[in-house]
Amino acid sequence: MNISSIIFYAISALILGAGILAVTSVKIFRAAIWLLFSLVGIAALYFWMQVEFIAAIQIVVYVGGIVVLIIFSIFLTQNSGKEMAKPAKGKVIFSALAALFGTAFVHNLIVHYEGFATNSAKPFNPNVAEIGTQMLSTTSHGFILPFEVVSMLLLAAMVGCIVIAMRPNNEIKN
Amino acid sequence: MQEIPLSQILFVSTALFFIGMYGLFTRRNLITMLMSIELMLNAVNINFVAFNKFLFPDNLDGLFFTLFIITIAAVEAAVAIAIIINLYRSHNSIDVDDATEMKY
Repeated sequence: MNISSIIFYAISALILGAGILAVTSVKIFRAAIWLLFSLVGIAALYFWMQVEFIAAIQIVVYVGGIVVLIIFSIFLTQNSGKEMAKPAKGKVIFSALAALFGTAFVHNLIVHYEGFATNSAKPFNPNVAEIGTQMLSTTSHGFILPFEVVSMLLLAAMVGCIVIAMRPNNEIKN
Repeated sequence: MQEIPLSQILFVSTALFFIGMYGLFTRRNLITMLMSIELMLNAVNINFVAFNKFLFPDNLDGLFFTLFIITIAAVEAAVAIAIIINLYRSHNSIDVDDATEMKY
């Protein structure tokens, strides 16, 4: 039990505890804040795995973007201090049973699987220069095509969001 | 670093995925359902990074999958929130039980 394992268990406890509170909290604003803590914990797990670029992206996009968007939409749509209606007891029991069964099933599969062994001696090298070169490369391990497709998707989503959220013309006049 | 095997990271991501699934089953509010979906996507991202780091360290495909999943999750959240705001405008509620016009 060295310091790295202790840090891993602490980060895991933060992620799972904040995640459970995010899906069970009855106040929607508190649920959003717990989701924020869970996402920060996941960024910490990426730092622990030494993939700093993904951790930075996680913080910028999720914590700085998506959670702020969710909090804005909570403020726009409802009274944030109001408690949500509790789900029916039968539904809670069956959902918890389904989630527990699924977790136990997958844990069982992972415990009895023997094939987790790397066959490569090269060290893992996820620095930003490597990622950037590969992202824009047109050779066999390049990701230029999905990069372009995702940029078109972002443009389409931006136009789509404006069209969906825009008030129709006749409503503005009235 | 080497003391923690890959399987323990997989345990964490499995538990996080099923926490998100529990939230998706029990919540009736669209914003909280969206939050549950974000938790599930993050569990998948942890799996991609962990598999890439521990099993295939000589290429970076898992990291690129994670980057694209994060991008698409951001797009999905933006479009979902536009739809939620539109729904709130027409129904004055974002509860899934109140929007049943197309149910039957």
